[in-house]
Amino acid sequence: MVPGDEATLMAGATASQADIDLLRARLGLDRPLVEQYTTRLAGLARGNFGYSSTFRGNPLPHVLARLPATMLLMATAILATVLLGLPAGVLAAVAHNRWPDYLLSFLVVGLLAVPNFWLGLMLIVVLSVERGWLPSFGFSGLASLVMPTIALAARLVALVARMTRGVMLEELAKDYVRTAHAKGLDTAAVVARHVLRNALIPTVTVIGLQTGYLLGGSVVVERLFAWPGIGDLMINAIGARDHTLVQAITILFVVGFLLVNLAVDVLYVLINPRLRHA
Amino acid sequence: MPESGGGADLYAGWVDPGGVGAQTAGAGPTRRRRGAHMLLGGGLLVGYVALAALGPWLAPYGANEQDLLGVLAPASAEHWLGTDQIGRDLLSRIVVGARFTLTAALVSVILAASVGATVGLVAGYFGGRIDGGLMAVADLLLTVPNLILAIAIASVIGAGMTGLIVATTTSFVAPVARLIRGRVLEVRQEDFVQAARAVGVRDARILARHVLPHATTTLVIETSLLAGQAVLIGSALGFLGLGVRPPAPEWGTMLSGGREFIEVAPHLVVAPGVAISLLVFAFNVFGDGLRDRLDPRRHA
Repeated sequence: MVPGDEATLMAGATASQADIDLLRARLGLDRPLVEQYTTRLAGLARGNFGYSSTFRGNPLPHVLARLPATMLLMATAILATVLLGLPAGVLAAVAHNRWPDYLLSFLVVGLLAVPNFWLGLMLIVVLSVERGWLPSFGFSGLASLVMPTIALAARLVALVARMTRGVMLEELAKDYVRTAHAKGLDTAAVVARHVLRNALIPTVTVIGLQTGYLLGGSVVVERLFAWPGIGDLMINAIGARDHTLVQAITILFVVGFLLVNLAVDVLYVLINPRLRHA
Repeated sequence: MPESGGGADLYAGWVDPGGVGAQTAGAGPTRRRRGAHMLLGGGLLVGYVALAALGPWLAPYGANEQDLLGVLAPASAEHWLGTDQIGRDLLSRIVVGARFTLTAALVSVILAASVGATVGLVAGYFGGRIDGGLMAVADLLLTVPNLILAIAIASVIGAGMTGLIVATTTSFVAPVARLIRGRVLEVRQEDFVQAARAVGVRDARILARHVLPHATTTLVIETSLLAGQAVLIGSALGFLGLGVRPPAPEWGTMLSGGREFIEVAPHLVVAPGVAISLLVFAFNVFGDGLRDRLDPRRHA
């Protein structure tokens, strides 16, 4: 399928045809395609992803070693989304058709148009090249988390803020809000005690729907900031034509994608009691 | 509003709590303001198309013309946006580069819309095993995050325009197919389809003349909203070194080249990003406006 014979590539330019044939036999590349495929599937089931030329063996342990960095970045991005997007949406809804509302609409449209890697580049220019406040690449303590997190989370913050605003407006027009006001609660209490819980559901929806973005975006952002996660590794692997490694990381992303979607479904039920009896 | 320019929203367009909410509360912008949005987005798009078509004639210098005495120069009277690491005029490169981004995005969404719509029509109309098989493939594609799928495909095909278009198209086909299938399922049981079938109209003709027209609005809206995403995916692939190959002045590729000189020449990474963002903005605003105008369900 993939152009470029792996054995020829691995043996190097000076290798003789006999060496190449030997390597091909050792890698199992001389077997029929169907057999290669079934052997591979059997290996996958046992956690053996095949021969990665980068790591000279099964890439799985090396990929898993880089996984925490990627998960850390995603976790901070989700945290930032909830901490920034939710209050922004609530504020815009409460201040409906006044300046905070307009400012938010403006920001949302802007953030949805900006590519995450360019936002990251702009952050580097301002915060590290000009000001020297933050390290521009690599992982060296909490400060190096700031820019990658913003670059990755910006889009989610915008989506969650917009969604929260919409749902809040809908909820604020409902009878139970009027009842709460009638019994003497002020707006802050009504929002905090009654409305917010209903507005949380779409936040989870957005994060669930955008998991794919989060995974794909992490590759780009990790590349930009030389973040030591699996996304950066994936691009290195492509450069080195290490298809085994690319495949291993892709499979890992798919598994992560499915797990997060499962987690979102569980979270739904926890947040929304109405679903428990459905 | 759903995630219009969504980097990876799988179900864009058919899960839409926010839009419905905004509408029932009367929060949606007025129709006139929407018209203005469409005009703004459309105007910008016309500008980009002009750049793409006339780029080489509009640019003050050649895209790969070097001024070796003025390397990494900041903005000046001769070079309005400065020059890059080998003395090429940044403005000229951006103007000429419009064609790569725009062509890749438009070809991808048109291909994805054609393939996706065909699959969706066939699956939804015939149902049964055909539907089961096609949707199983679609669901399989949907388990791989959008950009990851594009990266994996581009890594197999290799960097270049073809890889870029195939990668972007493939990651869009499944969501379009699912969306159109949903529309077809709604229409299939209608009397006029049953009537056409009863008088012996062939399936292909029923699909083309009676079913497809009911899905075109959905398709047009979805396509225009996907275009913004296509630009984002294309430039991300370029940035990762998997898109159009240098020295072609593709904007994402230019940004990744500029990254290396960010300490000494930050001007290199500003303009290409503005060009990308403005194009995505134009597609998003145009698509949103189009949806509000065409989708009857949204006129509350």
